[in-house]
Amino acid sequence: MTAEIGHFALILALMIAAVQSVVPLVGAHRDNAEWMAIARPAALTQFGLVAISFGCLTQLYLSSDFSVLNVIQNSHTTKPMIYKIAGVWANHEGSLLLWVLILALFGSAVAAFGANLPPALKARVLSVQAMIAVGFYLFMLLTSNPFERVEVPPINGQDLNPLLQDFGLAIHPPMLYLGYVGFSMAFSFAIAALIEGRVDAAWARWVRPWTLAAWCFLTGGIVLGSWWAYYELGWGGWWFWDPVENASFMPWLAGTALLHSSTVVEKRDTLKGWTILLAIITFSLSLLGTFLVRSGVLTSVHTFASDPARGVFILALLIVVIGGSLALYAWRAPSLVSTGVFQPISREGALLLNNLIMATAAAAVLLGTLYPLMLDAVGGDKVSVGPPFFNSVFIPLMLPMIAAMAIGPMLAWKRADLKPVLARLWAAMIAAVLAMLAVWAWATDGPVMGVIGVGLAAWLFVGTLVELAGRIRLFKVPARESLRRLARTPRASWGMTLGHLGLAITIAGMSGAGAWQTESVQAMKPGETVTVAGYDFTFDGAKDGQGPNYSIVRGTFLVTKNGQPVATLDPEKRVYTVTKRPTTEAAIHSTFWGDLYAVVGDKDKATGAYVTRIYFNPLVAWMWGGVLVMVGAGITSLTDRRHRIGAPAGRRVAGTAPETVKT
Amino acid sequence: MQRRFFYLVPLAVFLVMAIYFAVGLTKDPKILPSALIDKPVPDFALPPIEGGPGKGFSSANLKGDGVTIVNVFASWCVPCRVEHPLIARLAELNVAKVYGLNYKDKPKDALRWLAELGDPYTAHGADTKGRVAIDFGVYGVPETFIIDNTGTIRYKHVGPMTADKLEREVLPIIKKLDKGNGQ
Repeated sequence: MTAEIGHFALILALMIAAVQSVVPLVGAHRDNAEWMAIARPAALTQFGLVAISFGCLTQLYLSSDFSVLNVIQNSHTTKPMIYKIAGVWANHEGSLLLWVLILALFGSAVAAFGANLPPALKARVLSVQAMIAVGFYLFMLLTSNPFERVEVPPINGQDLNPLLQDFGLAIHPPMLYLGYVGFSMAFSFAIAALIEGRVDAAWARWVRPWTLAAWCFLTGGIVLGSWWAYYELGWGGWWFWDPVENASFMPWLAGTALLHSSTVVEKRDTLKGWTILLAIITFSLSLLGTFLVRSGVLTSVHTFASDPARGVFILALLIVVIGGSLALYAWRAPSLVSTGVFQPISREGALLLNNLIMATAAAAVLLGTLYPLMLDAVGGDKVSVGPPFFNSVFIPLMLPMIAAMAIGPMLAWKRADLKPVLARLWAAMIAAVLAMLAVWAWATDGPVMGVIGVGLAAWLFVGTLVELAGRIRLFKVPARESLRRLARTPRASWGMTLGHLGLAITIAGMSGAGAWQTESVQAMKPGETVTVAGYDFTFDGAKDGQGPNYSIVRGTFLVTKNGQPVATLDPEKRVYTVTKRPTTEAAIHSTFWGDLYAVVGDKDKATGAYVTRIYFNPLVAWMWGGVLVMVGAGITSLTDRRHRIGAPAGRRVAGTAPETVKT
Repeated sequence: MQRRFFYLVPLAVFLVMAIYFAVGLTKDPKILPSALIDKPVPDFALPPIEGGPGKGFSSANLKGDGVTIVNVFASWCVPCRVEHPLIARLAELNVAKVYGLNYKDKPKDALRWLAELGDPYTAHGADTKGRVAIDFGVYGVPETFIIDNTGTIRYKHVGPMTADKLEREVLPIIKKLDKGNGQ
């Protein structure tokens, strides 16, 4: 019964979405208030129905209903409760259901809280949202029904892939999807604006909170996935340029660019066409990610079971959504008139530079990800593209951007002078040189990139603080006055400052972890000691044990430094009972300067020794911490007064208008 | 007019991409281009991974030595790590010699990788420039070839080996080819 309720709720949601995608749009065109008003109840009902459907699937998992194919393939009665829940979205069909649930959630949020939106814009936005939803409902119902029954239910299920039975990965997909789908809001607003033919400061301010929220979730989702790879895959790495990682990274790059360019639209009434295009591209890249993962055109460790019928459907969906929106863009965008004019050396210019670099980086990642596919399609040489390509293209692109990042926020709008700004950054320059010298003195033979990375991080960190000091006129006015200015700094400005500081910390962490990882692989008998990066790891043997649905070999390492105890590390090797697949659980002890990281492997039956791998990963905690600061920055910016009070005052728009006449 | 054209660029770029996707969909990346099946292995001689054990291997090793397997791997390739235990299991079964073709890798990384995950290969060769891999028609890493006693490529698996593939396709094919040799 539960499965059928879920299935029917999904069909009803499709029908409501179909109405919602047409009626309010036509209403907005004809200025018919009643037709437009349908959008609100439709969006709310749609969300209610999808929530019912999602609840049904969850219930099927909780009760281990093995008459449903999806549950058989991904669950088992002995699986712990949390992974029964996570199992709902750890597969193709269920993750799509989560996708549409989040889509409907965002739609209903606009319907419920968008009271300050002009009715026509709101109606159009909700219609566009519903169009996307129709595509996804159809895709699910026609090719990927999560509620499919089997005639003869088996006694038990096949269990979830053990790699996915992990807390970090249980919450990773929802975060990622909140990000992906969140960008659908920016997309819907962009399409609505194209239909209306108007983009102004108010529009930018309405879009901004949605983009910010999506960006925070996506950033969190990406870092969760990276963190999972770090401790679960057990070889101390955290980013592999895998197609699926790239699929989440491309919208992040485009979305970050969008956040910056929408500021220009809001404050300076220019870069409109470009911002709209970025909004379309960001969501398109999110959709493309879905296509790459599920259609089976690219091979990746993450790939869900692929099916040609699904691939064709997704491709058709992509052509309609992306092709359609870009066609609309080509038709309508030329009529968007930008009034703000600016010199290349200006705040706008700096933001545009950021945008160009971010867009180029996204394009490079896209090219690297699709290159094998493209070459294959034209029957060319067979190639594979790996980290060597990405690192050699991506890193050089990021260097000038980070260098410019400290300068950009200090430039004036419209027209700025570079010399005084550079003069004010003397402290950042000194910090960068000192940091590079310190690193070089510490590891003379290390990779050059590590030294440059740390230097740039110091440059950006101190440069951002210099900008903040300049804003509160530190040391120029009495300290009390500075404090008062600090307290009155808008949260959006804090968002920028914190975001850039967070990135600086992250870059330092990445440089450290990338350049100076030390590792040691050996066979160890109990009682033996190895020394890695000045820490002595004594192997205290391994014991067998039993988890809820797996057996364990748990090793113990006592870590000391100069005879002082530092930590006890208990890495595990698990073998899951049902699938017989092994997983490694690395034991990690984080310190300020680096992570102690130990993995225990197989026992050599002849000698009784265990294969052990021990790493020292410098500055990894900085990397995670820095990203957390960036997410915090996004949230801070999200709570800015102008988002909380909603509708932007007309006064502000009028106030900026006269300036635009000049130059 | 020129301005309008400018706005059409994104659409044009996307449509080109869509065509590639459409063509990509018609091709299963896991299927061997028929051109190479039942063709003799290309002539090659690979040096061992620099600083590592063994003497490398060449096309001569793949002829007249029963059924052999060539597994293409690289330390930078994540799926290779995933399939590695299965390659090790295949080697343990002792039904065929398994050769490792190390694709576009740094010797230091490759040796560290093998030290870390175990070295199941009868011998391995370093294809640092990827020349030999091109002659083999390698799409991407990992790939696994089955070669019969006469040195003819009889089967190819693209992407990480799975337990299912190993049991249902690879092992039966090896068995069949072995019988064909009258061994």
